[in-house]
Amino acid sequence: MDFATLLQILDSTLRLSAPLILACLAGLFSERAGILDIGLEGKMLVAAFASGAVAYTTGSVWIGLLAAIGASMALSAIHGVASITFRGNQLISGVALNFLAAGMTVLIAQSWFGQGGRTPSLFGGARFEPVTLPFAESLADVPILGPIYADLLSGHSILVYVALLTVPLTWWVLFRTRFGLRLRAVGENPAAVDTAGVSVVGLRYASVAIAGLLCGIAGSYLSTGLQAGFVKDMTAGRGYIALAALIFAKWRPWYALGACLLFGLLQALALRYQNLDIFGIPLPTQIMDAAPYILTVVILAGFVGKAIPPRAGGEPYVKER
Amino acid sequence: MTQTAPAAEAAADAPPAIELRGISKSFGPVQANKDISLNIRRGTIHGIIGENGAGKSTLMSILYGFYKADRGEILIGGKPVDIPDSQAAIRAGIGMVFQHFKLVENFSVLENVVLGAEQGGLLRPSLARARTLLTQLAAEYELNVDPDAKIENLGVGMQQRVEILKALYRQADILILDEPTGVLTPAEADHLFRILRGLRDEGKTIILITHKLREIMEVTDTVSVMRRGEMTGTVKTSETSPQDLAERMVGREVLLRVDKAPATPGETVLDVKNLRVVDDKGVERLRGVSLNVRAGEILGIAGVAGNGQSEILDVLGGTCTATGTVLMNGEEIDLSGKHSDGRSRRRRGIAHVPEDRQRLGLIMDFHAWENTGFGYHDDPAYGSGILMDNAALREDTAGKMERFDVRPPNPALAAKNFSGGNQQKIVLAREIERNPDLLLVGQPTRGVDIGAIEFIHQRIVELRDAGKAIILVSVELEEILALSDRIAVIFDGRIMGERLPEETNERELGLLMAGIDHAPDDRPDWQVVEEQLKSKRGEVN
Repeated sequence: MDFATLLQILDSTLRLSAPLILACLAGLFSERAGILDIGLEGKMLVAAFASGAVAYTTGSVWIGLLAAIGASMALSAIHGVASITFRGNQLISGVALNFLAAGMTVLIAQSWFGQGGRTPSLFGGARFEPVTLPFAESLADVPILGPIYADLLSGHSILVYVALLTVPLTWWVLFRTRFGLRLRAVGENPAAVDTAGVSVVGLRYASVAIAGLLCGIAGSYLSTGLQAGFVKDMTAGRGYIALAALIFAKWRPWYALGACLLFGLLQALALRYQNLDIFGIPLPTQIMDAAPYILTVVILAGFVGKAIPPRAGGEPYVKER
Repeated sequence: MTQTAPAAEAAADAPPAIELRGISKSFGPVQANKDISLNIRRGTIHGIIGENGAGKSTLMSILYGFYKADRGEILIGGKPVDIPDSQAAIRAGIGMVFQHFKLVENFSVLENVVLGAEQGGLLRPSLARARTLLTQLAAEYELNVDPDAKIENLGVGMQQRVEILKALYRQADILILDEPTGVLTPAEADHLFRILRGLRDEGKTIILITHKLREIMEVTDTVSVMRRGEMTGTVKTSETSPQDLAERMVGREVLLRVDKAPATPGETVLDVKNLRVVDDKGVERLRGVSLNVRAGEILGIAGVAGNGQSEILDVLGGTCTATGTVLMNGEEIDLSGKHSDGRSRRRRGIAHVPEDRQRLGLIMDFHAWENTGFGYHDDPAYGSGILMDNAALREDTAGKMERFDVRPPNPALAAKNFSGGNQQKIVLAREIERNPDLLLVGQPTRGVDIGAIEFIHQRIVELRDAGKAIILVSVELEEILALSDRIAVIFDGRIMGERLPEETNERELGLLMAGIDHAPDDRPDWQVVEEQLKSKRGEVN
């Protein structure tokens, strides 16, 4: 493998990791506050559709992004009402939202655009264009570092950089602010937060809202950055992979970055080597397509070690006497 | 012991720290608090005593804003206040130390203290401020805790100090402690009392909720008794006696000790040698325990919760694997293989009344008649082949309920609808009526009212007199002393020693429970215990 190929693979790793990172951090905020969120997938999907449809209709990707965030947070609100206010089962609520998202997006897309459940292709201002980082061109000739900067780091959609910056931001919020302390506490022992005179419900809604915001950005990136338009089921299990990454990362932001990059790399490799020969026998494409998912299972089953989730995860808070 | 503090004298004419007027609270048809009025003077330690379910906790929950009273008024320092939530209670200067600590296990002491009372949006300044304050408080009240230690690595005594520090950090003037000594060794409890007296002398008001008469007599200035939701009277501690308080609590004369003849032990039923248990975190919970029980004998295992006594019951009951040898009636039993399960144990004549009856002894949503058959479902009396004979089970249950005085005697009622005492009687009936050679009993009277305690103790003694062997695990030292024919004290997974109840006392057992095996010099017990804990920690580091 030469240097250029390596750079290309890493470049697509970054592009493919970005939505995973955002979704994974969304899950991190939610689960650190004790609300399991299996609905990351559905939130990303409605966001992808909303941003594709609105960006196409208005011609502005930014309005599309806002629509994505709005749609995703609407699902978050439903999840919040079901699991925080009505103390319903968080898994069931999340699964229901995933079904809702899978069906509704195609249905609305079909009746809106009549193109078989997809939005028309986006172009121009309706997409996030690659951003060229400063001096990328002039530095491109510097050996080794030049191509790394110009080809690998530069030239991504703005949302990729947003995703990368969200990692340190999440860390800072969780471990350096009052809000973060309370958020972590409410996922471990809500009774402690409650008796300290802080609203458990308020904190949990805030965390679910943040999860909605991040999933909104992730979904928008799928249809207006990574691809040009919404297609049916375009999240393709990324929400679940993000959850897997979250467990692999033991609910920590920096580990989450690493885990998502790893899963992104697996996807990049699968994309790159669609037709692989092993000892002269061609592997079917499907095997390479399935590889990231198979590896997800293998990694989770074998390499995670003991991951201790937030202790109050999945349990609605009921005051005891 | 109950000398009046100077602060209290100064405040004699001042309005009371807390005044309750006509507080009532109902949960559906159950009236938890009936028209309760109470005055607590500033700078005193006031005890509230009553049985489980007497309404003590409800009353304190109202004070701390967990519940809203249906009727009545709360006055703090003479001014009426409204306490809709915990935040309001904290603002009114009330701090609460709950029976089950409200701490975040994987946070540091500092983070727990600061949580909810931070200054500003960033953590660092708050943590720094709290650190200074903790140092001051530690010096002032002997409340030493390492501010950077994680809660999960601290013992319960230390965790309790963190709870007190939390309240003081929020500038509480009134400190409520709910059953604070349940998890402490006697020496730790003494230290707690010294802290409380120190706080009182600084002018704080302390409310101590407990069902232990000894504590009330030892540390309080005044005491109120609650029974069935009502306040049956408030007296000066110096003018009352334990017998008097017990009668006020129960509403009739009670036997504070168990009536039993001396034991006549027979052959050895159970012989345990070098029992070791390693838990799933890799921590050794039992480090070579050896003990034996003879027929017609009650062996009491005393110890502070979490020192390995539960594991002994788990291993013998078949819910936990171990290494070592255990001989039951002279034959070895399987400790880690195919026959180390509960069913094999029952076949060998071992019956188990688990410590946590609601989790391990019963299925709370199932009917009583279903619960009385658990573990014995393959008994031909209860059915044949794959079919259960539910009618037979119901009938059998009705008989058990009558013999064990379970109230109400209705086999179709779900287990959760019985009181703690009656739930325990259901479990006891199931296990005792199997006529086991060895009965394992954990915390037989936890959460059980005094009336039922007498009954349960009698049944256990009767079983002993019928020539059965009994292992009793309890964190209540009084219960161990009253029931046991021989007492083994466990500390940190090891048996510290065995004593005969008539040749020992609470003080000696208390020191053994803290891992101290020699008669200490004239230093006070708490000092010896503290040093022991310190050297223990040094070992770990």
